[in-house]
Amino acid sequence: MMNEQVHVKVPHTAKKGEVIRVMTKLNHPMESGWRRRQNGEFVPKDLIGEFSCQFNGAEVFKAEFDSGTAGNPFLSFFVRVNQSGRFRFIWYGQNGEHYDKEADIEVS
Amino acid sequence: MLNRRQLLILCGAWAATGFSFNGLIGSAQAGPRDARKRLAELTGGAELKKGRINITLPKVTDQGRFVPMRISVDSPMSENDYVKAIHVVAERNPTPEIASFHLSPANGKAQVSTRIRLLKTQVVVVAAEMSDGSVYLGKGRSKITGGAGGCG
Repeated sequence: MMNEQVHVKVPHTAKKGEVIRVMTKLNHPMESGWRRRQNGEFVPKDLIGEFSCQFNGAEVFKAEFDSGTAGNPFLSFFVRVNQSGRFRFIWYGQNGEHYDKEADIEVS
Repeated sequence: MLNRRQLLILCGAWAATGFSFNGLIGSAQAGPRDARKRLAELTGGAELKKGRINITLPKVTDQGRFVPMRISVDSPMSENDYVKAIHVVAERNPTPEIASFHLSPANGKAQVSTRIRLLKTQVVVVAAEMSDGSVYLGKGRSKITGGAGGCG
């Protein structure tokens, strides 16, 4: 789907059993629902509710977000890699849309 | 005519209901009690122990809408002893929820960084659920000096 809004940073190579740091960011306003327009109406909520990171199809990290997460949500976390494979980063919006991107890693 | 005691009681009541924030945010302001309630819901009412959590937040920041936060939990992240989930709530945002992270032994290291919104100077409360069912509590504080806070 729309994957040009997702940015990922994964090392290209790693040693077997190494704990690597992966970073990801999504371009999204994350409208909190706290803000008001000039006429006094609240700006409707438009959030990213969930994030999931899969490695070779198995989920390794999951996050849930709410109004307190900043716009253009950014995440950095660690994963232990034992074999070469493909990371998949998926951001799920509250209205059913999702944004994903993949990245490969070679483990020696 | 009010006497001094009645006036003081009235002032106290006004302060307890929360000062309106520049007319932008109404009465939706949540307090530390809401944050604790939310945290109890998230952790299933388990007893909260102290320690094992390190929260890195800027001491003072101008921009409440982008506050970088790093949480690391002291855990070996082995098959038998790992961090199951990390929950983050804010004490003085309009709604306390910030985020929850779900980890597993596949992570190798219990550290997560993200960026959060803080409307004003406040305490961020973090609870870490361990695989054995115990829950640890940590706190971080950040001073917001910018005028617009995290509202934008």
